[in-house]
Amino acid sequence: MTNLLELKIGQKAIIADSIDERLPVKLMELGCLPGNEVQLLQIAPLNDPLYYLVAGNRISIRREIAGLISLDL
Amino acid sequence: MSSPLKVALIGNPNTGKTSIFNALTGLRQKVGNYPGITVEKKTGACSFGPDLNATIYDLPGTYSLNTTSLDESVAVEILLNRRDPDFPDVVVVIADVENLKRNLLLFTQIKDLGLRTILVINMSDRMKRLGIEIDVPSLESSLDTRIALLSSRNDTGIEDLKAILSDYKSISDQPSLDITDIDKAYFENLKTTFPKIDAYKLWLAITQDVNFMPIEKKVIPDRSAFSTKSKSELQKMQHRETVLRYKYINNALKEGYQKDLSKADGIQGVLDRIFTHKIFGYLIFFVILFTMFQAIFDFSSYPMDAIDHFFASASEWIKATLPSGVLTDLLAEGIVAGIGGVVIFIPQIAFLFLFISILEESGYMSRVVFLMDRIMKPFGLSGKSVVPLMSGMACAIPAVMATRTIENWKERLITIMVVPFTTCSARLPVYLIIIALVIPEGRFLGLGYQALVLTGLYLLGFLAAVVAAAILNRGLNIERRSFFMIEMPTFKPPQFRNVAITVFEKTKSFVLEAGKIILALSVVIWFLGSNGYSDSFKNAEAEVIQQIQQQGLNLSDEELSQKISSYKLEHSYIGVLGKIIEPVVKPLGYDWKIGIAVITSFAAREVFVGTLATIYSVGEESESTIVGRMALETDELGKPIFNLASGVSILLFYAFAMQCMSTIAVVRKETNSWKWPMIQLGYMTLLAYLSALIAYQTLI
Repeated sequence: MTNLLELKIGQKAIIADSIDERLPVKLMELGCLPGNEVQLLQIAPLNDPLYYLVAGNRISIRREIAGLISLDL
Repeated sequence: MSSPLKVALIGNPNTGKTSIFNALTGLRQKVGNYPGITVEKKTGACSFGPDLNATIYDLPGTYSLNTTSLDESVAVEILLNRRDPDFPDVVVVIADVENLKRNLLLFTQIKDLGLRTILVINMSDRMKRLGIEIDVPSLESSLDTRIALLSSRNDTGIEDLKAILSDYKSISDQPSLDITDIDKAYFENLKTTFPKIDAYKLWLAITQDVNFMPIEKKVIPDRSAFSTKSKSELQKMQHRETVLRYKYINNALKEGYQKDLSKADGIQGVLDRIFTHKIFGYLIFFVILFTMFQAIFDFSSYPMDAIDHFFASASEWIKATLPSGVLTDLLAEGIVAGIGGVVIFIPQIAFLFLFISILEESGYMSRVVFLMDRIMKPFGLSGKSVVPLMSGMACAIPAVMATRTIENWKERLITIMVVPFTTCSARLPVYLIIIALVIPEGRFLGLGYQALVLTGLYLLGFLAAVVAAAILNRGLNIERRSFFMIEMPTFKPPQFRNVAITVFEKTKSFVLEAGKIILALSVVIWFLGSNGYSDSFKNAEAEVIQQIQQQGLNLSDEELSQKISSYKLEHSYIGVLGKIIEPVVKPLGYDWKIGIAVITSFAAREVFVGTLATIYSVGEESESTIVGRMALETDELGKPIFNLASGVSILLFYAFAMQCMSTIAVVRKETNSWKWPMIQLGYMTLLAYLSALIAYQTLI
């Protein structure tokens, strides 16, 4: 199963149906929902945090959280 | 006239909520704290007609009622508790047109609390560019609310909002969703256990991520009844709830909201790639920082000098005009000087907040946080700690205030606790004079020793901050379940009104809140320095004249009066105190005179130089005279007091010691307790003392 960490800059994908139960509900509220499109916009130096465009929202999260969101490629 | 209507503004961060608050209330605002915590409580007055007045509450920005920070819990706390004196009659949810879908999530949650809810769609001026079309009547019916399309930038739509508010009785308070859809059996069970409490409120209380607030105790007397579900099951249910909410929103938007996806805002992407670039991103950040410091140091030095002179001459004028006596002295040397000590900070604070609010308003600050987060993380700090730490190089007071942008309490507290280590401008006079005294003028690899030492002291301050942060991070046992997440808002030009109001409010709150404490302490120090109980203090003039006559010296009037004031200081309460603490400071290489300077400079570090000047009976007109006089100062054995060992010891002491009552006052205010400033004072003083001790004892 792939997750958000495997995206390359500029690459888009769709968030998978299975949701990790540890995923903070806040991220779902910000658009990290199954079926929504997500794009990696930028990676900060030292590879953390990551900057995504998800369902029209621009958010930056740390790797530990990004790894919880799986993708359909 | 009846009591004013209570209107709460709530919305996601970056939706322009504050602009709307400012537009509704102008400068009729009050900023205070919610009882017991440090979250700002902003209220303002507004009237919708001859007999309808309202109090507007600007609730902290939040993405959802599922809170992850202290700010957010405050909003929920107020909205959940009908008996709260701030409980609103109407809630206005502010959404921005670009992220309407996500903003509506909060809207549906508020509506589910059974409150009269209005929707404001802000930034409507951007609709055309973003290719968005909104059919207001259709959305009003599908969302069961009243909608105001508003542009706080162009000042349109505020009247529509006021019109809707004045007809608030007709606004629906029906929930958007049936919360029991999440899990029928579970909610059935809840209902039988707590028949009187609304299901959604119960659900919110059960699933609160953060237990800062005793919400559940108020709403639900006994928690044991819902241990039927494990934590992970509850989380799954929350996920299901979110999916249901978005289903509802997508449905509601089907008719009334169209977005032409081909009209993407390309310039945003370009700006983002530049500002978050691995090289250019940092370069731009450092240029901005440099400009900021230049402004804070240079531009504000003019008004600061003017203020300094103004208060000095005001003080002299009072002394010359009013009949001499204790009251005049108190007024001139205690109160006026004390007020001067507060007002002098205004230019730096105003400049700093001018820059910070422009950077924040424009959306740039999030990019700095993004760039710096990974670097700060190992130290228990966040990307959001960068701005306060940098501001600390000007002055710790506005820096401590700037930590408010850090949502995570632990990260914010650590930032507050270490910020005073960064080399503030008040340390500079002390450093310069001691370096001139004890560091030789030679060069090493073309660099002057003196300049190297000064640079080293700046680095030392930053290093101390970072190391202390890492230690505090391990030692502080504060539970935090919140995780790092920052929205990267679209870039937009800052709005002048918001920037101006921010600068005004922050400066005002500093002057009034911290100022009270600074003023009080200044008066105390003045009193201790100008009073004494011994005969020597009372007969200072006679004794000094007698001494001079015995030594056969011939002094000018000015020299004589300086001798007298120096003698008086020696025998005042503070002088006595200096003698008492001499055994404590002796191991650091200080005599009682330096001891006094250390004590008086507790008011502010730069006082150190002024006190030494008074004690050594030199005018303040030139630094070189003080340096010359200090260089001649010897101990009983005839060795100079200011040598390399004691000099380094003083430098280290001032690098680490808290020595600033204004900072203590502002930390007290920002943490709302005496505990943190006292811990800070304690550990910083201890570190200062030990390092000065070690340095002196090894070098001597």
